Amino acid sequence: MTRRTVFLASGLVLLALVPPIAAALGQPFYVDVFRRIMIFAIAAVSLDLILGYGGMVSFGHAAYLGIGAYAVGIPAYYGLHNGYVQWTIAVLASAAIALVIGAISLRTSGVYFIMITLAFTQMLYYLGVSVEEYGGDDGMRLAARSTFAGLVDLRGGTTFYYVVLVLLVLSLGVGHRLINSRFGMVIRGGRSNEARMRAIGFATFRYKLVAFMIAGAMCGLAGALLVNHTEYVTPEFMHWTRSGDIMFMVILGGMGTLGGPVLGAVVLRLLEDLLLPSWTEHWQAILGPFLVLVVLFAKRGLVGLLPERRDG
Amino acid sequence: MLLVLEQTLNGIQFGVTLFLMAAGLTLVFGIMNLVNLAHGSLYMLGAYLATTFFQRTGSFLAAVALALAATLVIGIVVELIALQTLYERDHLDQVLATFGLILFFNELVAIVWGRAAIYTKLPPWLSGHIELLPGVRYPLYRALVILVGLAVAALLWLLVSRTRLGMLIRAGASNRTMVSALGVNIRLLYTLVFGLGAALAGLAGLMAGPIYAVQIGMGEEILIQVFVVIVIGGIGSIRGALVGALVVGMVDTLGRAFLRPLLATVLSPSAADSAGPALASMLIYILMAAVLFFRPQGLFPASAR
Repeated sequence: MTRRTVFLASGLVLLALVPPIAAALGQPFYVDVFRRIMIFAIAAVSLDLILGYGGMVSFGHAAYLGIGAYAVGIPAYYGLHNGYVQWTIAVLASAAIALVIGAISLRTSGVYFIMITLAFTQMLYYLGVSVEEYGGDDGMRLAARSTFAGLVDLRGGTTFYYVVLVLLVLSLGVGHRLINSRFGMVIRGGRSNEARMRAIGFATFRYKLVAFMIAGAMCGLAGALLVNHTEYVTPEFMHWTRSGDIMFMVILGGMGTLGGPVLGAVVLRLLEDLLLPSWTEHWQAILGPFLVLVVLFAKRGLVGLLPERRDG
Repeated sequence: MLLVLEQTLNGIQFGVTLFLMAAGLTLVFGIMNLVNLAHGSLYMLGAYLATTFFQRTGSFLAAVALALAATLVIGIVVELIALQTLYERDHLDQVLATFGLILFFNELVAIVWGRAAIYTKLPPWLSGHIELLPGVRYPLYRALVILVGLAVAALLWLLVSRTRLGMLIRAGASNRTMVSALGVNIRLLYTLVFGLGAALAGLAGLMAGPIYAVQIGMGEEILIQVFVVIVIGGIGSIRGALVGALVVGMVDTLGRAFLRPLLATVLSPSAADSAGPALASMLIYILMAAVLFFRPQGLFPASAR
């Protein structure tokens, strides 16, 4: 095991200990805080699969967060609360939309790709704003959390917490298997030198498109979790600053690693949700320059600070 | 019919605003290879500064001149402090760092001007109407915006294709190492071009101020539409920016005005009521997707890259 794997594993164990510690301290509020953090960690891990490993700078990842959320919210609006159905829709719809967006935007590369993914996400955002039936700009309340008859009851805050944790671990496991598979090698090879990958006979476009879809589907699941967490869905889920936020988590933690996005999500969410707002109302004036500094001087992220060598 | 004419002019007016933004962005990208998300912040600052200068000085023209000078200076300062180190970095770094700048500028505006939207009043000499045809009146100010936008487009074309500075800009876009080897101070050129782009964004913002609300986030909203313009027009090309901007401005404005009544002739009124606005807000993005499908490099790809 590398040290980084040890750090990631101990981090996950710490996350598993949050509910009992919060209960012992009489601060159940922290269960909520860390549940939200883990949901964003799933989204960040999914982005890292295409951004860090695939070199696809998607500036529209929040789109799938929104699609996943509306895929739960809209059936619930019509009285369908079955979680199996809702979450399946969330994953499939996100994958389908990622397929369409990817098929168009992957025809281009570089700065075009950034602008196009951003533009399509903005389109979905405006779509959400203009559909009055589902609350338009204001969004809508989720009448009840997804139900999983006979399996789990998400109404319990702690139960829901562990469901999210399990899904986070599963996402990391899927990501790990994926990037170390032949498929993952092609994706990573495409990042280093796409022309060479094509020259040795890989249809890189198809591989990238499938990776883009997988990342979208995974982020859609995070969206389904997020709407259950907030019990509210608004177009804000798809706001472009949200995409920037998720991207920031990946970079802050360290892109091209699996633990990085999780660490980035923890640090950024704690900064944004707890630390900075308690200090000053104008915390974004601090966060912005902080982001510039991270990009300029700590490109490898927080994980980059950990030693990489194998021990033993 | 009159409504169609009026909305067409509104579309052109929105188009020239988009063009002023797109020109700066595409110049900066074309010669420095820099993706600058904070371009929208300069638009926002232009609008806020002009509003404040107008309130302080009471003269609209003085406010315009001061706001233009201020955005030029802000652009140069930002370039010198934050962006110079980004030219050699990849696009991901540029996007993230300039995203950070947006957060900073938005919060700065909130500190100075507060979070509520502010509205600018036009001076009396600009708030009238002109008569285009007998019986067809159009707001004087919007007509002026169109004229200024087109004049700036012509001046930019002259600058880029007919002056020494323009020659250096074009040379810098095709081979920057060679240009600097020939003894041109490429750093200074970059700073100048960035300042020019900033002033254009400021001009777009200060002209948009009296038409739309001046508020935080106005810069990003237009920035993303400008991205659509650039993707459609072809990046690095001024001509593409002009065509793309006018097309996007028209499609967006006419779509918002006429899509709902058009749909109502085919669908039931209630269906048209819900589908019309939704489709209208998506129209320019669908157009972008269609252009990309047939011309992945945009309508006027810059030949240099």
